[in-house]
Amino acid sequence: MTSASHHSEVTLRVNGKPHTLRVDNRRVLLDLLREDLDLTGSKKGCDHGQCGACTVLADGRRVNSCLLLAVTLDGSEITTVEGLGGDGEEPHPLQRAFLDRDAFQCGYCTPGQLCSAVGLLAEAAAGHPSHVTDPAAPSGRPVPLDRTEIRERMSGNLCRCGAYPRIVGAIEDVIE
Amino acid sequence: MTGTTGTALGAPAERREGRQKVTGAARYAAEYTLPGRAHAWPVPAAIAHGRVTSVDTSAALALPGVLAVLTPGDAPRLAEPEDHTLALLQNPKVPHRGWCVALAVADTLETARAAARAVRVHYAPEPHDVTLVPGHPDAYEPEEAGGQPGRLEQGDPAAAYAAAEVRLDVTYRVPPLHNHPMEPHASTAHWDGDRLTVYTSSQGGSTVRSVLAGMFELPEDHVTAVTEHVGGGFGSKGTPRPDVVLAALAARRTGRPVTVAYPRRHLPTTVGHRAPTVQRLRLGARPDGRLTALLHEVTTHTSRVREFVEQAALPSRVMYATPALLSTHRVTALDVPSPSWMRAPGEAPGMYALESAMDELADALGIDPVELRLRNEPDREPGSGKPFSSRSLVACLREGARRFDWDGRDPRPGTRREGPWLTGTGVAAATYPAAAQPSAAAARALPDGTFTIRINATDIGTGARTVLAQIAADTLGAPLDRVRVEIGHSDLPYAWLAGGSMGTASWGWPVHDACAELASRLAAHPGPLPAEGIETRADTTGKADADSPYAKHAFGAHFAEVAVDTVTGELRVRRLLGVYAAGRILNARTARSQFTGAMVMGLGMALTEHSTLDPAFGDFPEADLASYHVPVHADVPDIEAHWIEEDDPHLNPMGSKGIGEIGIVGTAAALGNAVHHATGIRFRELPLTPDRILAGLLSEG
Ligand code: FES
Ligand code: FES
Repeated sequence: MTSASHHSEVTLRVNGKPHTLRVDNRRVLLDLLREDLDLTGSKKGCDHGQCGACTVLADGRRVNSCLLLAVTLDGSEITTVEGLGGDGEEPHPLQRAFLDRDAFQCGYCTPGQLCSAVGLLAEAAAGHPSHVTDPAAPSGRPVPLDRTEIRERMSGNLCRCGAYPRIVGAIEDVIE
Repeated sequence: MTGTTGTALGAPAERREGRQKVTGAARYAAEYTLPGRAHAWPVPAAIAHGRVTSVDTSAALALPGVLAVLTPGDAPRLAEPEDHTLALLQNPKVPHRGWCVALAVADTLETARAAARAVRVHYAPEPHDVTLVPGHPDAYEPEEAGGQPGRLEQGDPAAAYAAAEVRLDVTYRVPPLHNHPMEPHASTAHWDGDRLTVYTSSQGGSTVRSVLAGMFELPEDHVTAVTEHVGGGFGSKGTPRPDVVLAALAARRTGRPVTVAYPRRHLPTTVGHRAPTVQRLRLGARPDGRLTALLHEVTTHTSRVREFVEQAALPSRVMYATPALLSTHRVTALDVPSPSWMRAPGEAPGMYALESAMDELADALGIDPVELRLRNEPDREPGSGKPFSSRSLVACLREGARRFDWDGRDPRPGTRREGPWLTGTGVAAATYPAAAQPSAAAARALPDGTFTIRINATDIGTGARTVLAQIAADTLGAPLDRVRVEIGHSDLPYAWLAGGSMGTASWGWPVHDACAELASRLAAHPGPLPAEGIETRADTTGKADADSPYAKHAFGAHFAEVAVDTVTGELRVRRLLGVYAAGRILNARTARSQFTGAMVMGLGMALTEHSTLDPAFGDFPEADLASYHVPVHADVPDIEAHWIEEDDPHLNPMGSKGIGEIGIVGTAAALGNAVHHATGIRFRELPLTPDRILAGLLSEG
């Protein structure tokens, strides 16, 4: 078998920068970020969509990057933890809130928690309901985020260090 | 308080590496992308007992990009390690399912994975036995459990129990549990001639270095172990694990830097687990609640690779006054993966059983469970007869009861209904040993007024850099921002690992001593410092490990409120509160994170974490995070942790006890006791999953 038939060219923008790469068709976005672009902020906790450590934003929506084949993402705009703060020196307000609240210990789940929280805020603002949203709430309106809503919506992001209460607090901080 | 004069200690200083962690800049072991770096993927044994007869690597080697497949027949030979779980690919024996039987190395992760799958391993299987049963014919009493005698007997426990006015005889079960740190075990290894460098996810780089030097027969100074950031360990990275040995083997074979990043599903069979325990508790008491006999008998398993005893009967030697005490372990070597440390080994399952039994006794006697514990407070450590260096369990229970609003609690179980929900509250005590191990540190004062502290400590998430800087600043009387701390590199002075709740005590001690000496050298130094500054070193060998006339333990009290859905069996935790007494708390911010984080793990132990050994296949079916449920955001309520400051001069110069483990210790019992209070049903096997609760509710009618 020749490797040529197992590779494809893909172009995507990562943290605002365009990249054109020839990738192994088996390569997932997470490994593209970590191996090809040396963006190791996105973490591999399970490689199976079970932990959320690899969460990034693809076209503004949070995704488990370990579950997405890179070749399917041609033309996508990816934001990783390295890109959350934009070009500036200052971290994203959520990153600041994580520091203020000590919302992590080992830090391995943290990039995923951060990207997931950014995605969550956008989803709630766009009116996406969750399992705990009042079914009687008007559809399409921004969903107010209390702690129960935040917990429910963040439950795809495991933290074995158990920083959950402080992560929820940090997310609340940026809502206020 | 000795020696610490400044103001930095205790302050809620922000984590020094925090900015790196929230921006993704912090690199973990698999993220050292050295030029030419290859990836290796282990092949786990598909039988539980037997031998590898041959390995067919031809299909794997035919894949483009495959560099090598290491097998038991051809891997580089290693000197025999003390820990036989590291004797990898050295012989064809298969001691348990999941044991590494080959290692595929390739240019890329994808190819390494495909190559591992293409390796054909042939076996000569033999019958296996992985089932733990009390009374197993091979069960024996181990000489040691957790460094203590496996058996302790005082008075005449059997007679005292038989003669007791009130008797309780109950058996509690804890299943195998998995550490599952979020960063899977990983190492990147690289040889330069006969010099080996590893970037490894370990709780202790000094041990990694000495173990690798021994196995690869190198002088220690030819091995460098870098442990800059570690994504949690909880005991499972306490000593070197297979990843680092395999990475070094593969790198030697291929001449390339090689990363072994364990797939999540391999971890349960590879890195240790909490061994299951069956614990029989017999409590004899007087009607006023005073214990007359305490018998704690633990049955557990170990592997055939090495003996590891989950020392669950040890806390019974610490907790309560009793004239007759039996604390024993029986262990059976089975064809199971090797168990190892998991957060509060011994104490977590042992106190689950003991503190549940105490709750049952309180219930039987009609005595408030807080009061029952107060009545059994010992003057000295029951097991050793030594006085406690400090023991504030009573204060923790009282303070917790006050904060939780415990007084006036209606003790009747099964009486608080809210629609389909039954609610209840529970309490349990916690304990964990406070110790330190020898370590060394260097402190240097520079002409610009700054200081550098060097010690091979490891930060697995505790905030080691931060708290060591605080200890140094405090001892030097210097502002915190003038102190740099270098850790996580084996070229630094030798240090004990981050484990056994001993990290900060073991590291802070030589940091303190080196800084104290530096401060006096500076005070005596006339004029400006030389360009290279002034350096002092300290080594606590003989000091940190000296025998002490005192029994040293941290204590705590856990309070929980739960709601049980009588329709679905769902269990929700409404409140969880812990009060701890652990000497002096050195950083209020990171300490709180450790306490509450461990309580979350205790919540998982109580509610969701469940592993089993499959009798047919011989390994854990619940191998990944979809089937082994660690708690998620939605499981975890707001958690409160408080502490009582102790002024204990017998510990170390900081006056601190370890805090990384005690938070898990009483949590499961407090939750189980609350479930009993809610439902009137005593569940004696963890975890308290809805199926079990529902079955209990249905059978109780
Ligand atoms: S690594 Fe993607 S979900 Fe765990
Ligand atoms: S901070 Fe360690 S896993 Fe979340």
